[in-house]
Amino acid sequence: MIKLENIQRNFQVGDQTVHALDDINLTINDGEYVSVMGPSGSGKSTLLNLLGLLDSPSSGKYFLNEHNVTDLNENQQATTRNKNIGFVFQVFHLVPRLTAAENIELPLILAGIPEAIRKERVNKILDALDLLDRAHHKPQQLSGGQRQRVAIARATITEPSILLADEPTGNLDQKSGLNVIETLEQLNQKGITLIVVTHDAALGARSTRSIRMLDGRIESDTLEKNHVTDA
Amino acid sequence: MLLMRDAIRFSWQALSANTTRTFLMLLAMSIGVGSVVILTALGEGARNYVTAEFSALGTNLVIIIPGRSETSGVNPGSMIGITERDLTIDDALALTRHPKVNRIAPLNIGAAEVAWQGRKREVSVMGTSYEFQKIRKWTMAQGKFLPNTDLNRGTSVCVIGTDLRNEIFGAHAALGQWIRIGDRRFRVIGILASEGESMGMDVGDTVIIPVASAQSLFNVPSLFRIFVEVKTRKAIPKVITFIKNTLRDRHQGVEDVTVITQDAVLATFDRILSALTYAVGGIAAISLFVAGILIMNVMLVTVSQRTSEIGLLKSLGASAKAILNLILIEAILLSSMGALIGLLLGQAGCWGIRSAFPDLPVYPPTWAILASITVALITGVLFSLLPAKKAAQLDPVEALSRR
Repeated sequence: MIKLENIQRNFQVGDQTVHALDDINLTINDGEYVSVMGPSGSGKSTLLNLLGLLDSPSSGKYFLNEHNVTDLNENQQATTRNKNIGFVFQVFHLVPRLTAAENIELPLILAGIPEAIRKERVNKILDALDLLDRAHHKPQQLSGGQRQRVAIARATITEPSILLADEPTGNLDQKSGLNVIETLEQLNQKGITLIVVTHDAALGARSTRSIRMLDGRIESDTLEKNHVTDA
Repeated sequence: MLLMRDAIRFSWQALSANTTRTFLMLLAMSIGVGSVVILTALGEGARNYVTAEFSALGTNLVIIIPGRSETSGVNPGSMIGITERDLTIDDALALTRHPKVNRIAPLNIGAAEVAWQGRKREVSVMGTSYEFQKIRKWTMAQGKFLPNTDLNRGTSVCVIGTDLRNEIFGAHAALGQWIRIGDRRFRVIGILASEGESMGMDVGDTVIIPVASAQSLFNVPSLFRIFVEVKTRKAIPKVITFIKNTLRDRHQGVEDVTVITQDAVLATFDRILSALTYAVGGIAAISLFVAGILIMNVMLVTVSQRTSEIGLLKSLGASAKAILNLILIEAILLSSMGALIGLLLGQAGCWGIRSAFPDLPVYPPTWAILASITVALITGVLFSLLPAKKAAQLDPVEALSRR
């Protein structure tokens, strides 16, 4: 469960203070499917980075599974990221010199998991995402959709509770974009909390909860009528 | 935590993915290590060569040179109007009185024309005595060395080197023949075995006659050197004092000779050549340092090129320390590989020099090998600390947004 309390995130631009996030209070339950929308500069990416512990709030508290993670040191935050949070980026961020399987393996390597266990888990996820025949291809030998599916596999290999996606379809054509979204939704149906930042209204409409942001504040937070959550 | 084996493999993949960069850094590092190895090997080779040459002369040897010092222009004698005394055969004989003196040999040197049946050859002439053969440890090819007689008696016998024998006599038997040296006639009683070159003098092209004969042949009353072989190494200082006192007494209280020992000469050469070895080693070490700076530069470029990758690793849960370790491991891999290649290059270079100059024992000293590898590793790591720190401190949000 994610709980944000009075989160402020300020940036100093020249002698002006920009409130990228202005007094955000937000609770997201396990297994929710949340889309975050809003114009550029509304603070949605900052919110995502903050949820992913890549950024720290200027003030306020962030509870992840009842733990206050704002007080963790750099090393503990890194471990928390590794265990609990998966990232999917617009530009995939695959390491070009590593094969698909090796890219997926990275979070397990960073966690210090022995090789035999790693191989088994990588193979399982490659199979689940229909990427087995692409396992030993380098990123440049893969299509955009395949690259993003490799990135999703990498983000979920440590079985995190939260998957953060920043414009996951932004660099893809419509067909492979849909494929990627369906992949993400399947993971959500298995219980992962999915938070997608997007410009795409059609994509936003698929979620069960939409948050609209404007000038660092939550403008609206609506649950879809045909979906039941305990929020 | 990241496992060491995985960290090394990850760094290895990063190195092999960028072959040009890796090759250039390896080149710089290996040239640095290789030049330390080759240059110190050359210095050591020169030192060992000179030491061996001197040792062949015998280490219990004391050499007396006329004149206070071989190089000084003004000596105490000249200041008060006393000219140097000649170093005479009687001076040499007086030195045999000390119980620790094993044997002595006077030496005069000159050049003269040697002729036999119309064949002529300009050679160097050494005037000395029976004992000289023992001191220089020469062996005879034929016949005998100079007879053991009164030093003041100039008999008309000579010993010749092999080259001279071949040039003058050709296929004829040389022993017993009378040859002309300068304006006198000498009978050949022995032929030296080939010794090659000894301290810059070609023994093969030399004729050796009794010292008294040489003095009258060249008309010089003074000796060029007196060689004194001391019984034990320990007795050398005592014998030197004895020599100085004896000769001062014989020369009206003026100390007008210089006494040098084989040891002192050897020690001096040893010091000079060791200093030379350290100096060239130090100069070569500068190139190692330059290689270190190059590694720093390239690692800095690497970090900025791989900014988004570092951001990604952080988002996947790599701590700052893990990033620091990854970059450092890359640097250690690079510098140890460079050191290893440099060592092979250096050994190959030494082998090449040894093949070209078989006389020179060009082997790198162990300390130089260890030092160059250590310096290579230390510079590699030291100069990578800055780029590694920079990478570890990258802000992940900013790093990820860069392409």
